Amino acid sequence: MLTNVDSLVDRLRDGMRIAVPVDYAGVAMAFTRPMIARGLRDLDLVCVPTGGLQVDQLIGAGCVRSVETSAVSLGEAGGAPRFNAAVKEGRIRVIDATCPAVHAGLIAAQKGSPFFPMRGLIGTDVLRNRPDWKVIDNPFADQGDPVVLIPAIKPDVAIFHAPMADRAGNVWIGRRRELAPMAYAATDTYVTVDRIVDDNLLADETTAAGVLPALYVSGIAHVPQGAWPYGLWGVYPADTDALKRYAAAARTQEGFDAYMAATETRKEVRA
Amino acid sequence: MMSDAPALPSETLITAIAALLADVRHVAVGASSPMPAAGAMLRQALDEQTRHVRLSILGSVAHNFFTNGSGELFDCAGQGRIDAFFLGGGQIDGQANVNLVGAGDYPQSKVRWPGSFGSAYLYFVVPRVILFREEHSPRVMVEQVDFISAPGVSPPDVYRPGGPVALLTGKALFSFDKTRPGFTLVSVHPGETLETIRDATGFDFDHPDVVPQTPAPDAATLALLRGPVLDKLQETYPAFAENWRRDLAAQTQHC
Repeated sequence: MLTNVDSLVDRLRDGMRIAVPVDYAGVAMAFTRPMIARGLRDLDLVCVPTGGLQVDQLIGAGCVRSVETSAVSLGEAGGAPRFNAAVKEGRIRVIDATCPAVHAGLIAAQKGSPFFPMRGLIGTDVLRNRPDWKVIDNPFADQGDPVVLIPAIKPDVAIFHAPMADRAGNVWIGRRRELAPMAYAATDTYVTVDRIVDDNLLADETTAAGVLPALYVSGIAHVPQGAWPYGLWGVYPADTDALKRYAAAARTQEGFDAYMAATETRKEVRA
Repeated sequence: MMSDAPALPSETLITAIAALLADVRHVAVGASSPMPAAGAMLRQALDEQTRHVRLSILGSVAHNFFTNGSGELFDCAGQGRIDAFFLGGGQIDGQANVNLVGAGDYPQSKVRWPGSFGSAYLYFVVPRVILFREEHSPRVMVEQVDFISAPGVSPPDVYRPGGPVALLTGKALFSFDKTRPGFTLVSVHPGETLETIRDATGFDFDHPDVVPQTPAPDAATLALLRGPVLDKLQETYPAFAENWRRDLAAQTQHC
């Protein structure tokens, strides 16, 4: 269960559907460069429910075929330059969603159900461009009541970063509960953690409630500050200056290539 | 002292936001929205003696009580527990349709914006949605959006307890009437007239014969803004708070 990032990346294949979390919920940035180095292609990313730096870098490096997302941006650092360019040039397929629809699709998979019904969406161009979403008449209503059905989202892999795990493979996710449906829905879940603790996290009732049990976890790598330059909730803040440096560099493909070639490690970017 | 300086334009906007939040029990503010966050905090401070206004500010640790991940905001809204929310948009049209996806043809937009976020749901279920966009120009306030992330109005058979009530920009405040549907100019900010608003707006709107000016905050409100509101905002929006302090210092020197 406990291994390193490279051996986890070894298990990824071209064409896999991979779910990644929103920028404040533990992005496993430590996976990004090894995935690019491996030369992975045709990945279908699912952003839960939005994407940022990791998605932009994988797109810039040519690893991505499609992105299902409610948004991709670098937050305070502005728009996601490689995503925006790839969409404009038609090099990736963007499957626009809305945040609660992504959650709904994962919850359907969590329940083993084929779909989850949700309100909203009717009359939007988001719905109009989603032939995979269906509108039905609410069968419990007395009169016409259209409702949208979101099919289950079943990623091959979910990848995220969390504050800690124990040696039995239990991962503590605390209040970032959206990470649990990601793992329930995915065939395999790979996690990087800031620290490994010796005590079993399920032994203490206080930590047990915030645990994603080892049942749902296929591999863990110990990577301190593995979310950098994103933050880790309750542990360290995002490095906004680093995000801004990337945003400025990646405005062009040449700038992106130079940035990725020059900044091999976390420390070098920080200096 | 700082508090003697006349109101900054941003302070007038924040005060207008707080006025739009009169009587709300729970207001949620999305990511990257410092002025709506400040307006919600001002509402809370103004009502402190009489009632507690609940705030959920995404990106804040101190002002966010959710424990069930990023989906809880939407669940909470769907349960009818969020009274007010803010939406922006790369384009907003005269029917209050908002576009957060891109300009030009879809999907290969001329200009691509981040995406619809939660708008395609929250616009339907939050009763008091305030459209807030500082840039007020013909490229933002358009006759018809290129992509509907969320529609201003829905047919009668569509479940729609929520929707837009107002549009606040850097130039003016409008109210929205879903029965027409359309916007009505409520007030213009200092320095603006009906004519300058017409020139900056790509859609038609109603207006009173005499258009009032958006009220500036009174002394008591300014004291709250520059005291507890500014201090609270620091935690989530340090850069915005810093600029605010700098603008106040610069203005005091001029006086």
